[in-house]
Amino acid sequence: MRNVVVKDADAAVEGIKDGQTIMVGGFGGAGLPTGIIKAVLDKGVRDLVVISNNAGSSSDDLSLWFGAKIVRKIICSYPRNAQQFAEQYRAGSVELELVPQGTLVERIRAGGAGLGGFLSPVGVGTVFAEGKEKITVQGREFILELPLRADFTFVKGWLADSLGNVTYNKTARNHCAVMATAAETVAVEVDRIVEVGELDPETIVTPCIFVNRVFMGRR
Amino acid sequence: MKPLSRDALARMVALHLPTEGFVNLGIGAPTYVADHLPAHSAVMLHSENGVLNVGPTPQQGQEDWDLINAGKMPITLKQGGSYFDSSLSFAMMRGGHLDVAVLGAFQVSKDGDLANWTTGDNSSPPGIGGAIDLAVGAKSIWVMMDHTTKEGRPRIVERCTYPLTAQKVVTRIFTNLAIIDVIGSGLIVRALLEGLTVEVLQKLTEAPLIVLDALRTIRQDGSFAA
Repeated sequence: MRNVVVKDADAAVEGIKDGQTIMVGGFGGAGLPTGIIKAVLDKGVRDLVVISNNAGSSSDDLSLWFGAKIVRKIICSYPRNAQQFAEQYRAGSVELELVPQGTLVERIRAGGAGLGGFLSPVGVGTVFAEGKEKITVQGREFILELPLRADFTFVKGWLADSLGNVTYNKTARNHCAVMATAAETVAVEVDRIVEVGELDPETIVTPCIFVNRVFMGRR
Repeated sequence: MKPLSRDALARMVALHLPTEGFVNLGIGAPTYVADHLPAHSAVMLHSENGVLNVGPTPQQGQEDWDLINAGKMPITLKQGGSYFDSSLSFAMMRGGHLDVAVLGAFQVSKDGDLANWTTGDNSSPPGIGGAIDLAVGAKSIWVMMDHTTKEGRPRIVERCTYPLTAQKVVTRIFTNLAIIDVIGSGLIVRALLEGLTVEVLQKLTEAPLIVLDALRTIRQDGSFAA
């Protein structure tokens, strides 16, 4: 039977390479895979392109990657209160692609769903429309937004079974569930791994078809 | 005449929310509106990180850091509440399912243009977050803000000078001096702080104000005088 459980965070990030695109789940600390973030740092990779909602604001989050200068570019919606990122940004050593939050998650959804993009009314008449194709549908102007995919997605779940079915805890679901559909390799840090059959099929948010690796993190 | 306090402004907004509305309170000053909802209010608060029917702040020691709001502060869930992913959350926002979004602002124009995400100051990285999605998608966009800047300059202007969040979206402005409706063809004053005149309010407002009917009077606590 399929079994995607790996022993630790180091095994969960195996194969990560310089220059790759990495999605990291979480909104603030909820849904943030802190064990994986540390493990990526330990791998010594660099020039990463990171897709995440925020840019790190405490000692155990993406601040670690900006502090270590391993990020070339971040695609995110709200890089505020992010001291390590702000220093790199001011120094001009990291590129920022600022994306409205709903557009960010929908671009990821499009990437995961095999779509070529979507038409959004968000940003029309603002700097967020600059350089993008405009399309009028039924008299309303939209912006063509393009899909996002990654080499790796790293997210934090609550419970998983060994097949890779995942549930999330409360607002920790945020971007995680969508990011888990949009990468070549999806690794999930969870609080607990349960027997196959223990998860109520009605409660599974990320079905195992999307998940390549699962491990139990340290709380 | 003293401008409304932050709490009184929040109370004034809270008293206007539709009793059974689905409402999103933006981060910053709008967050305080939640503390001033009347006891009979059945407003369901939405937070864009994936929760509907947000309850009060938990007691100290009872915080669950997997249960937070868009300001990343711990919250509780009311009975009948639900959790969902960001994609569904923004479908609610963009798709016109929220009755009201209450947002802070730097500037609002007479046409309802909203500028609330950056002053263009590049000394720190800009953040856009989800306010822009709310501004485009909620049925009504209410702004709450101080009527003028700290230096006394008008925030309600002919044309926004700060980068726009969205064009022609604001429908009502609650300030610490007045309530003003944005109807496309102009700004209609609906209520005025007690002791204030329309003439003085106009001096503090760059765009022309229209007074159509009897103005209501706002008390210092944010409620209306009878």
